[in-house]
Amino acid sequence: MIRLTKVSKQFRTGVFALTDISFEVEKGEFVFLVGPTGSGKTTIFRLITREALPTVGEVIVDNWDVTKLPNNKISHLRKKIGVVFQDLKLLMDRTIFENIVLPLEVSGIDSSTAAKIVEGIMEKVGILDHKDKFPIQLSGGELQRAAIARALTLEPDILLADEPTGNLDQATAKEIVKLLADINEKGTTIIMATHNEDIVKALSKRVIALNKGRLIGISGKKPKVHTEHSEKKSAIIDKEKEKEEQNEDF
Amino acid sequence: MKTFKITWRNIRRSPYQAFAAVFVMTLTFLFISFFTFLLYGSSKAISYFESRPQVTAFFKQEVKQADIDNLKNELNATNKVASTKFVSKQDALKIYKEQNKDDPLLLELVTADILPASLEISTIKIENLSDINSMLKDSPLVSEVVFQKDVVSVLTSWTNALRSIGLGLIIVLSLVSIFIMVTIIGVKISHKKGDIEIMGLIGAGRWYIRWPFMFEGIFYGGIGAILGWLISAGVLWYSTPFLSSFLKGMPIFPIPLIFIFGLLGIEIIIAVILGTLSSFLAVLRYLK
Repeated sequence: MIRLTKVSKQFRTGVFALTDISFEVEKGEFVFLVGPTGSGKTTIFRLITREALPTVGEVIVDNWDVTKLPNNKISHLRKKIGVVFQDLKLLMDRTIFENIVLPLEVSGIDSSTAAKIVEGIMEKVGILDHKDKFPIQLSGGELQRAAIARALTLEPDILLADEPTGNLDQATAKEIVKLLADINEKGTTIIMATHNEDIVKALSKRVIALNKGRLIGISGKKPKVHTEHSEKKSAIIDKEKEKEEQNEDF
Repeated sequence: MKTFKITWRNIRRSPYQAFAAVFVMTLTFLFISFFTFLLYGSSKAISYFESRPQVTAFFKQEVKQADIDNLKNELNATNKVASTKFVSKQDALKIYKEQNKDDPLLLELVTADILPASLEISTIKIENLSDINSMLKDSPLVSEVVFQKDVVSVLTSWTNALRSIGLGLIIVLSLVSIFIMVTIIGVKISHKKGDIEIMGLIGAGRWYIRWPFMFEGIFYGGIGAILGWLISAGVLWYSTPFLSSFLKGMPIFPIPLIFIFGLLGIEIIIAVILGTLSSFLAVLRYLK
């Protein structure tokens, strides 16, 4: 599902954020990306979502070579990947509902269908009561759940969670991780970046360890492919591909 | 529909910027409207003067009809004259009475005896006017010659100057409007940089983000055009009675409705072009 091969990323300043990174994540897998601050975890996420391009190497996501992806296909790639950003990136002047519905709006889903999907997801992550509140009115854990809900609205094949427990107390952090584990159980591939050792130990999943931009070890075994692809999600992607092809024809 | 909703929300959430953009567009279209009305009026005035007799010779009081007929024949013999019309003292009195029918005091003081008979002459070519003018001035029968060529040429040169200055000002005002709109939309884009980045990251396509800003420019242009036109049409409507009595005799007023509404249509088209261009420049500059 995700494969990085000999990937290096050098910033304009000359500093290497990543050096010769290679790893693979199977479909439906839950993988921890661990390492101290500045080890390159977020950079890996940025390469996977094509926010940045590697200096050398190959990044494959679901058979798409991300490095060679034309600009007009980037939005398709990003609809396949849900991201829970480290700084959450919620729009402060919109309600929680408006924030979560945004990916559906962007995909052209009609309002009533979108509202049903969003309410379902909000219920699933436990924030339906906060539907009409603004981000400033929610606690850290609730905001984290809102960010996860937004990442899930398009039923992505892949969920990247960048330090989703970073600013949370231990109990709330555990709840968030349990929520992510439940999502993974239903077939979504999850890569979670963290430096919280307790969480990593609590879930016996594969761990990819980084330090100063280098891969220092991969522990655990790759599980067998065991998930089924969401039919709803496939339908959305297929519909968009069709639309894109039609546009290209014009 | 969603794009229109987003556009409207963007406009509502920054009312002062929206007001500034509409205001500058209104000024531009107000000037375009006034200038168009002025050009319409001046071209009508030129046509009016051109359709009038080009040379009028007023005869001395003691001149006999036979002498006038001789002069008329001499003029026709030059083959430069298109038409001649003799206006007798009685005809002159009728014209005078018609022109001053609202002022009885002026009518009481004038009789046919004190008004001169005249000959109105139009030439085949405008360059023949000078020859005819000299010929009439040399005639002992004629007391005064009124030569329309000067009026027409002065009016034409004024209209041409007005057209050049007006077009120049319209271009300058349009450029100023574009720059101000680019700046305003650019500020809005910069202000929403965070939102735009987030939308991009969750899969919004380039044009999904761009369209609301494009529509915003078109909206400012359209509203500016309608307001500018409304103000100018209102001023024109209000001042029509005064202007028509001031320019008595000239068939300028009322300006036909089809012309006024045609102007609105053209202005809206120009507004859409200006709005689209401004937004597109802003989007290219600030949304790379």
